[in-house]
Amino acid sequence: MPAMLRNLAQRLGMMAHSFDGGIHPSDHKLGAGLHSEPCPLSPVHILPMKMHIGEACLPLVAVGDRVLRGQKIARSEGYVSVPVHASTSGRVVRIEEYAIPHPSGMGMPSIIIESDGDDASDDSLEPITDWRNTDPALLRERARMCGLAGLGGAVFPTFIKLVQDSRFPIETVVLNGIECEPWLTTDHRLMLEYADEILTGLAIIMHMVNTDSAIIAIEDNKSDAAEAIEQALALRDDLEGARVVLLPTRYPQGSEKQLIYSLTGREVPAGKLPMHIGMLCQNVATARALYRAVVRAEPLTERLVTVSGDAMPRPANLHVRIGTPMRYVFAQQGLTDFEDVRILHGGPMMGELLRHPDVPVVKSTNGMLAMLEASFMGGHTQEQACIRCGHCSEACPAGLVPNLLADQCRSDQFEKAESYDLFDCIECGACSYVCPSNIPLVHYFRYGKGQIAQQRREKSFAEASRLRSEAREMRIERENQARAARRSSVRKTHAPAAESTAKTDAAGDSAADKTDEGSKD
Amino acid sequence: MTGLLYALLSLGTFALLAGIVLAVAQKVFYVEGDPMVDKIDALLPQTQCGQCGYPGCKPYATAVASEGEEVNHCVPGGERTMLAIADLMGVEPKAVEQEAAAPMLAFVREDECIGCTLCIKACPVDAIIGAPKQYHTVLADHCTGCELCVEPCPVDCIDMLVKPELIEHWSWPLPETRRSRLGHERREHHAGHA
Repeated sequence: MPAMLRNLAQRLGMMAHSFDGGIHPSDHKLGAGLHSEPCPLSPVHILPMKMHIGEACLPLVAVGDRVLRGQKIARSEGYVSVPVHASTSGRVVRIEEYAIPHPSGMGMPSIIIESDGDDASDDSLEPITDWRNTDPALLRERARMCGLAGLGGAVFPTFIKLVQDSRFPIETVVLNGIECEPWLTTDHRLMLEYADEILTGLAIIMHMVNTDSAIIAIEDNKSDAAEAIEQALALRDDLEGARVVLLPTRYPQGSEKQLIYSLTGREVPAGKLPMHIGMLCQNVATARALYRAVVRAEPLTERLVTVSGDAMPRPANLHVRIGTPMRYVFAQQGLTDFEDVRILHGGPMMGELLRHPDVPVVKSTNGMLAMLEASFMGGHTQEQACIRCGHCSEACPAGLVPNLLADQCRSDQFEKAESYDLFDCIECGACSYVCPSNIPLVHYFRYGKGQIAQQRREKSFAEASRLRSEAREMRIERENQARAARRSSVRKTHAPAAESTAKTDAAGDSAADKTDEGSKD
Repeated sequence: MTGLLYALLSLGTFALLAGIVLAVAQKVFYVEGDPMVDKIDALLPQTQCGQCGYPGCKPYATAVASEGEEVNHCVPGGERTMLAIADLMGVEPKAVEQEAAAPMLAFVREDECIGCTLCIKACPVDAIIGAPKQYHTVLADHCTGCELCVEPCPVDCIDMLVKPELIEHWSWPLPETRRSRLGHERREHHAGHA
C-alpha cells in the first residue's frame, strides 16, 4: 500500500500504527520450546569492571579476599554507572585485564573469582516486601545498588530511567517482550515461566514512576507467552491499567522508538528519549530482575541466556551466572571444538562477532550463538556496486537513505552524513540484510559514527588545551607585570642612592623572583 | 546653473550621509584581531608542541593567516588538518613532510624526580603538577604529548609513552571489502588534489 494511503488510514484509526520499513528474517527460534534450566556453577568467574553503558567501576576487594554471592565487589564511579557483585562465593584470585565480549577484542580490568562450591549468599540486604508503601527514591536506590542495567542488550543503568521528573511525567510504561532478534528466546521463556515475577516487576516500576497505565508488548510469533501473561494478569487485582498488545512480527519491532510508534503512533523526536513524550520502556527481563532485587533482595548475579546456533549440539536457555566463561557454557551444551565455528554475542542482526570463546558472560549477554562458518554471512566480503534499487531505504525503520549515507561514510564526508541524520541510525542492520549487492551498509555507518565521535573528542581536547595554554600565558603575563611593578617600586624607595644600590637591587630582584616562582608552584 | 547646483548639493549631502554611516559602522562592527587567525587556530590540534617552528599553535595560525606561511607545517595535525587549512585559505594543499607519530603521553618516573619544577615551567598546557622538592606528575588527561618537558629535565626522568587505547574510544574500522578500500582511496586522492 502506498505510504501516504497507509498514513491516512492510520491517522483515521482504520489501521493499526506500524513503524516504517523493517524486515522479516527467518526466526530460527530453536529454544522457544525449551524450558529454562540452570547452568552448572563454573569454577571461575570473571567480572569486568564495566558491564553497563557509562563509567567503569573501581574494585573494592583485593586479591585473596573471600567474597559471597551478591557481595558488592566494585563500586560505581560517577552517576551513569552501577556496581558489580560477586556471582558466587569464593576467593578473589586475580584482578587484571581480561578480554570482554566486545567487537574490538580488547580487554577490561576484571575481578577473577575462584568459586569455593558453597555458593553462599551475602544476605546483608533486606527484602522490601511492602514496596507499595515504600518511597520510590528508596526503591530507585535499591535498583542502583543491585546493579540493574537494561537486560534487553543495551545495559543502560535501570535506575536512571526509574525517576519521577515533574517536567516529564511518565504516562505509560511499556514492557518490552518483543524479542525480534532471530534465534533469541530468553524473553519468550521468561514470560512463559516467570509471568508473575515479571508482572510484579512491572507493578514496582509503575509505582516508582507513579502511573497506572502500562502496555506489555509481545510479537505475535509468541502468542503462548502473551497467553501466559494474560492469564497471570487476570489473577491479579493490582494491574488494572495494564494490557497486553500483540504486534505483528517484524524486525526491529523491539527497538524502543519503533515500538513506541507501533503502540501509540507517537514518534520520539531525534535526540530525545521516550521520557520526553511521557513513555518509559523496560525489558521484561529487567522487570523480573527488579522484582528480584526489591522483593527478594537479590543483586543481579544471574541472567537467562539463549545458547543456540546451527553449530550448537544442544541448544538451551540457561540461567547463567554473570562472569561465567563462555567456553564453559558452550561445553555444558556439548560444544568444545571451535574450529569452523563463529561465535556471536547477542543475536545475528545486532550482536557482536567474537574472536574466541574466552570471554565472560556479562549483563548484556542475551544470547551466545555458535554459527557454522559456512552458513555465516560471508557474502559481505564481495561488496558490489550499488544498483539504486532502494530496498535499503524501504527497509530502514528510521526513515534514512542508507545507500547515500554509506557513500558518504565510505568517502569520509562526515559532515554531509551527519546532515543526512547518520546519528538517527539505530544500527539494526535491516539495510545490510536486504541489500542485493552485499554492501555492508551498517558497518559503514558504524565506521562513520566512530570517526565523527573521534573527531569530536579531538576537537574538545584541542579546545581544552587551547584554554589551558591561554590561561597559562595570561598568568605568566600577570606575573611579569607584578614583577615589573615591584621592581619599579623598589627603585623608587632607593631612588636617592640609585647609583650605588643598583647592584644589590638587581640581586634582591632575582631573589624576589625565585620566591615568587616558588610560591606559584 | 541651478541644475548643476542642485546636483552638487544633493550628491554632496548624500556623500556626507554615506560617510557618516560608514564612520559609525566602522566603530560599531569593529572586529578585534584577525578573524582568520582564530579560524585557523580552531583547526589546529593545540598541542603547542612547536614542531612547526613557531612557539605555539596561535603563532603558527597568525603566520599562516598574515605572513603567507605554508599550510603543511603542523606535524601532529597531519594531513587532515593541512587539508582543512588549505581549504579555508583557498590555497593548493601541500604534502605534509613529517608523518604524525602515534599520540604520546609524558610520564614522570617519580622516584627519580628531584622536584626542580623545570618541566612544570616548560609545559604549555599546565598538565604537570608538583612543588619544589616534591615529586611531579603528569595529568594524563591534559597532556598533549608535545615533548617540551623532556628536554629541560636535568635528571632525564620523563618518558614519552604511547597513549593507551581506551575501549570506550575504540571505533569500527572501515569494512574490509575491496570496494570500500578502493572508494576510500579514490576519495583521499581527490581530496589531495582538490
